[in-house]
Amino acid sequence: MSLQIETATTGETLIVRLSGELDHHTAEQVRTQVEAELDRGYVHLVVNMESLSFMDSSGLGVMLGRYKRVTAAGGRMSLCAVNEQLMKLFELSGMMKILRIYPTEGQALAETGVA
Amino acid sequence: MAEMKPEINNYMELKFASRSENESFARVAVAAFVSQLDPTMEQLTEIKTVVSEAVTNAIIHGYENGEGLVLVTCRLQEGTMELTIEDQGRGIEDIEEARQPLFTSKPELERSGMGFTIMENFMDEIEVSTAPGTGTRVRVVKYLKNPSVARH
Repeated sequence: MSLQIETATTGETLIVRLSGELDHHTAEQVRTQVEAELDRGYVHLVVNMESLSFMDSSGLGVMLGRYKRVTAAGGRMSLCAVNEQLMKLFELSGMMKILRIYPTEGQALAETGVA
Repeated sequence: MAEMKPEINNYMELKFASRSENESFARVAVAAFVSQLDPTMEQLTEIKTVVSEAVTNAIIHGYENGEGLVLVTCRLQEGTMELTIEDQGRGIEDIEEARQPLFTSKPELERSGMGFTIMENFMDEIEVSTAPGTGTRVRVVKYLKNPSVARH
C-alpha cells in the first residue's frame, strides 16, 4: 500500500525498483520479496531508489541485510538514483563506504553485472 | 522571504496504539503541524525521519511489538520546534550504549542501530529520559527559523 516493489532481471542481476515509503512497517515486505527473488538464483542486486519518497534507518537495515547476503555469495550490490536526503542516511551509517551508488540504473547495471 | 509573519505559538498531542502502521501516520501528522512554520523541504524530511526513528524505537524496543500507547507532542514557539516521543514500555538499561552508532539490541531483526545517531544529527538538541520498566521519553529540539542559532 505505502510501498511498491517492482522487480526486473537481466542476466544474473536482479533489479529492484522501490517507490513510496520504506520504514519499519514496510521493511519486511522488501526483505521477503527481495529474498524470494534472490533465491531464484540471481547473483547481483541493483536497487533503484528513484521513486522512494521516504526512508529511515529501517531501510538502512534492510539494505545492509541484502548487501551481506549478496556479497557473501560472491555477488555485487549497488544502489542508484538515491536522492540527497537518503544519501545523508547512507553517509551517516558509513554504508557509503561499502555500497556502490550510481546516478542511474543504466550506469549501475553496466558496473554491477560485469567484472 | 523578508515578509513579517505573526509569531506562531502552537501545541499538539497525538496518542496512538503501538502499531507499525502508525509510524507513517505519526510522521505525516507532525510534518503537517510543523508546516505552519514554513520549514524547508529538507527540514521537513529531517523531522519526519526523526519522528519515524523515535516512534519505531517505542514500538520495537519499548513495547517489543506488543500492546501499548505512544505519545507524541509537538510545540512550536519562536521558530523552534520541540518534539517529545514517549512510551511506557520496558525502558533502556544502558542509554550510552543504545546511543552508539550501529549499536542494536536486535540485530536479528536487521536493525541498523542508526536511530539515535540520525536523531542527533538531524536535530539541534536531544535528551533521552529512560528507566527500566518505566518507559522512555525522547525530547528533541530543532531551530527552524534562526540559522545563527541552528549552527552550533
